[in-house]
Amino acid sequence: MNWTAIWVTCKLASLTSMALLVIGLPIAYWLTFSKWRWKFLVESIVALPLVLPPTVLGFYILVAIGPHSPLGRFYSDIVGQTLPFSFQGLLVASILYSLPFAVQPFATAFEQVDRKLIEASWTLGLSKTKTFFKLIVPLSAAGLITGAVLSFAHTLGEFGVVLMVGGNIEGVTRTVSIDIYDDVQALNYSGAANTALFLLIVSYAVLLFIYAMNRKVWAVWPQK
Amino acid sequence: MAAEIAIDITKTFSGRAPISAMMRYPLQQATSLVLFGPSGSGKTTVLRSIAGLEWPERGSIRFISRTWLDTQAGIRVAPQHRQIGYMAQDYALFPTHTVAGNIAYGLGALSFAERQKRVDEVVELFQLRGLEAAKPRELSGGQQQRVALARAVAPRPQLLLLDEPLSALDVPTRMQLRSELRRLLKHLALPSIIVTHDWAETLSLGDMVAVMHEGQVLQLGVPQDVFCRPVNAAVAQIVGVETVIEGHVIEQADGVATVRVNGTLLKGLGVHEIGSPVFVCIRGEDVVLEQGGTGLTSARNHLNGKVSEIVPHGVMVQMKIDCGFPLVALVTRGAQEELKIERGSSVVAVIKAGAVHLVPRT
Repeated sequence: MNWTAIWVTCKLASLTSMALLVIGLPIAYWLTFSKWRWKFLVESIVALPLVLPPTVLGFYILVAIGPHSPLGRFYSDIVGQTLPFSFQGLLVASILYSLPFAVQPFATAFEQVDRKLIEASWTLGLSKTKTFFKLIVPLSAAGLITGAVLSFAHTLGEFGVVLMVGGNIEGVTRTVSIDIYDDVQALNYSGAANTALFLLIVSYAVLLFIYAMNRKVWAVWPQK
Repeated sequence: MAAEIAIDITKTFSGRAPISAMMRYPLQQATSLVLFGPSGSGKTTVLRSIAGLEWPERGSIRFISRTWLDTQAGIRVAPQHRQIGYMAQDYALFPTHTVAGNIAYGLGALSFAERQKRVDEVVELFQLRGLEAAKPRELSGGQQQRVALARAVAPRPQLLLLDEPLSALDVPTRMQLRSELRRLLKHLALPSIIVTHDWAETLSLGDMVAVMHEGQVLQLGVPQDVFCRPVNAAVAQIVGVETVIEGHVIEQADGVATVRVNGTLLKGLGVHEIGSPVFVCIRGEDVVLEQGGTGLTSARNHLNGKVSEIVPHGVMVQMKIDCGFPLVALVTRGAQEELKIERGSSVVAVIKAGAVHLVPRT
């Protein structure tokens, strides 16, 4: 088994998951509580990675972070290296790719928090931010964990985006799913079988955890 | 500036009569104003607007010297900054917090020691000793109500807002907690605004009542006045209790209380302490009129009186009878003709004990 690939994959998935907790919570909060009438425009954008082929998403990300885009130039001016085919670039792509897998469970959990409890907190003098951390987060803990774990699991198995944005650099951007593909191409079936089994077991364990925690049918297939 | 609350707001909901409430009412310590009306009359919307949980499209809300809302001047004070205690109909206790945690929730500005002390005081006052570590779901309805009220008053608000404080309770608990709530409100010396659709609660809890109907305040006054002297037919219809008079319980036997009202004795159902003041409430339609004192009936109250006023009231006739106190009876026109009742006629008013409602007035 290619432990380097496993290490890269786990690192990528953990960082993606953590980043999505930071980025996804405010987005989900806004999607749940905003009364803006054009909110559905943003909702649709967040859900796009669910339906787009990874190659399309990967292509646009590659263009967006490439040296010819303002974003890519800004990054290379500051950091001194370019984003495409680097671990950082792969991380950005993973975050975007897994965004709905985090945001949708978050938003569903927030929606299930009784509005009256939030109002009670406000009348007791707690600001919206304090109410969020003291009341809404504990009440939607299961949904937040579900979102984090789902985005972790989803990143573990991503293939197309990794190939497009990360390239296939050993120890940097070669993830487990690409390693399996390479093994098969090289007719190394036993190596592929080992890695595939590993990924199967990990994915199953993650889903077991989520289902056991939520005991609800919807947990894996984000619904709105 | 006078201590008062002035409300003038308009809020529209699709498919419903717009709420356009206007009232101005002086505040003293421990005064409770009851917003009374049928469901859908807009009383909860008014209360929520005062709390800052609902934003009227137009209007203003002023409390003492502060402006909480003024749509013209663009002032919108958030609920966090209004220093109010608000209790929702189903209490909205935080399921993740214990009783003590719920009470301490709004005390974040205090130091740890002060917070402990305040929680302790409130626990004592609301008789929650021993339940501090319990979660809300382990409590009875009455206990939940006390925790919710304790949580609302713990930060020492300037105004207490209660939305149907007793409606989530079963009937026996409700009766018991009604007097308890009244005592607590007096003890807290806090002005309060209470929403209810129950006329007995209005009489029992309110120093003032605002009768609401279809989004408007129809009458504002002392409950007894509003009940006995409604300004128009709509208020009379909503209230439905034409006779409200003060009395004292003088005897209590077998679940029947004897009450003295201006020298007249009346029997009503219920268990009350002897000597305690009560409101005697009688609906006009529950009063039967007889000519002369004829035979025995099962009704416990037979009052001799003279008709002092006859007012047509739709298909009915409303009669005021002087029987030691003014009593209102509603009879049909046919009955009036058959009994040949005119102004000055002597009649016997017959009322079953069950129709004589006694509302404690502490």
